Amino acid sequence: MATILQYLVYGLQLGSVYALLALGYTMVYGIVGMINTAHGDFLMIGALGTYFIAKLFDSMSIDGTYPMLAVGCIILIATVMTGGIAVGVEAIAYRPLRNKPRMIALITAVGVSMFLTNFPRALPFIGPNPRPFPTLFTPKTFNVLGASITSTQIIMIVLAAVTMLALDRLVAKTKIGAQMRAVSMDKDAASLMGINIDKVISITFFIGGALAAVSGICYASVYPQVEVYMGSWLGNMSFVSAVLGGIGDIRGAMLGGFILGIAQIFATAINSTFGYAVGFIILIVILLVKPAGIMGKVTIEKV
Amino acid sequence: MKKILRILCLALCVIMAVSVCACGPSEKKGSVETIKIGLAFPMSGMAAMAGKYSTHGADVLKEELGGKITVGDKEYPIEFVVMDTEGSEEKTANVYQKLIEEEKVIAIAGPDSSKCMLAAAPIAQNAKCPAITSFGTNTAVTEVGDYIFRACFIDPFQGAVAAAYCDGQGHKTACIMFNNADAYSVGLKDAFVENYNGEVLAIEEYSGSDVKDYNVQLTKLAAQNPDVLLLPNLNVELGLQIQQARTAGLNCQIVCGDSADTPDVAKVAGPAIEGVAYVSAFSAESTDEAAKKFVDAYVELHPDELPNSNAELTYEAVKMIVWAIQNAKTLDRAGVRDALAAIDGLDLPSGKMTMDPETRNPIKGGIIMQYDADGITRYVSTVNP
Repeated sequence: MATILQYLVYGLQLGSVYALLALGYTMVYGIVGMINTAHGDFLMIGALGTYFIAKLFDSMSIDGTYPMLAVGCIILIATVMTGGIAVGVEAIAYRPLRNKPRMIALITAVGVSMFLTNFPRALPFIGPNPRPFPTLFTPKTFNVLGASITSTQIIMIVLAAVTMLALDRLVAKTKIGAQMRAVSMDKDAASLMGINIDKVISITFFIGGALAAVSGICYASVYPQVEVYMGSWLGNMSFVSAVLGGIGDIRGAMLGGFILGIAQIFATAINSTFGYAVGFIILIVILLVKPAGIMGKVTIEKV
Repeated sequence: MKKILRILCLALCVIMAVSVCACGPSEKKGSVETIKIGLAFPMSGMAAMAGKYSTHGADVLKEELGGKITVGDKEYPIEFVVMDTEGSEEKTANVYQKLIEEEKVIAIAGPDSSKCMLAAAPIAQNAKCPAITSFGTNTAVTEVGDYIFRACFIDPFQGAVAAAYCDGQGHKTACIMFNNADAYSVGLKDAFVENYNGEVLAIEEYSGSDVKDYNVQLTKLAAQNPDVLLLPNLNVELGLQIQQARTAGLNCQIVCGDSADTPDVAKVAGPAIEGVAYVSAFSAESTDEAAKKFVDAYVELHPDELPNSNAELTYEAVKMIVWAIQNAKTLDRAGVRDALAAIDGLDLPSGKMTMDPETRNPIKGGIIMQYDADGITRYVSTVNP
């Protein structure tokens, strides 16, 4: 029983990273209608960026731990920076192709993903070597019914849930949310109604990039190692999460992320190779059985 | 005109005759010919640092020999011919060609990288000139042919060293978690299982480096409560694994391969690194007698530095050649090859070494190093499996 509970904690920990990343994935798809395969690389940029920004704040650290204020600054700068890069990527690579066939945008996204991985790798001060991630939060361990859970894990899980709720409300209740839904429904009509499409899409990408950075920081806090390749596997898994929950649906992304995380941990408990493959098995099964995903509505248009 | 020509011809004849005369006696004097050993190491380029340490290691032996070698009851002058491989494959092949054809060396030590050795080894094999790589761990190197040897142990052998260490420490039970997608990891695990006298309680695996979550496997192993946890994995994975193992409640001895010998592993693992042991080829801190003698002699020659594995393995490679020359049945390349293959219990800084005549890989001692609480490595013991 304690073991199962412990696995559940691990599953939620992994699932919250997938969920946070999948939220951005699914939002970009829902509003812009493109699959941004470079989304996983935003996570890498967020985590690597945090590493370098933390280095700048090095003088404030005491015994390798940073004061709360510095941690807040580091996270804020890294998040805004990654959001900015996401906006830049959209403006440079995706915007000119917005009215071209979807396939072209998809191929461009693959290219952007390769660029974002390999450009930092080629930079001499970054390079391909993995780096130890600084300790931003000093975890406290609690014991719940025989299973141990750390404060970092609790923060991550709560953060994923709160972010999901906030995004859901943002899209449903606010003015910018209404504009997003309008753009999602019909770009041309929204434009005729006086909505600045470029601005709405930029904001969408900014939120997606910022969320990717936050998930990167979370991920690197529990698995304290950052490298330029870390985004590809997590990007794939968050894509599976988004599809599982119903791509385009914010609540679905969160649900999909947690389901995938827990499924991976329990599958690994049965057989580690099965655990490695379970993400892809889920993707295939969901596409065969319910292509719209758990929360998704059936629409005619598909990529 | 004709007269001038005739005089010129005569003069030429005289010169030639004189030169032949001059050569004649000197050739006779040279019947005690110099024995040459080739050293092929990267003295420039990216790997120049390794080359520097390597040649400094050879310097120690040069000092020991004092320019001469006694074979049977005869004394020969000995010379080390150092050539720069620049760390490139083509250049190494050229260097081998030159050492074998022009310098007529009796055997070659180096280079240190498997990549360069693989490029040069076929040349030595075809010329039937024995060659020893100092640090080429790739198994394919000695498979090139029966004239190719190595001074370092191959990766899987570390598993045997780890097993001998665990047995020596009285650890009765062990658990293993390894990367089933990596040859280094699988090789170490197999060698450990084969040589370990205690009981392996459970083996967990994972696939590749993509997944950074080992919590499930480690939680399962923690339930077994072993004396030892073997993590024969890559350095990019080890830091996280050690950290997660301690969190999962595995407070037993953790043993790793030489991949743990990078500062980043300690940085990622944080305080969890304390007490983690790993297998290594050599340590300057070794308390073994032969090792101490080597380190002292090295520091005397090069006071600003301590010998590293490159220096020590090069010393051992050249030492093996010198021993083989002294014990060869015939003083030629074939004789040296046979003697190299027959090395049995030679005293070296890393322990007693025996050459496996079949694979031409050494069976030798390994060093166990251990991290302390500050992530500094300390010498623990020398193990002879």
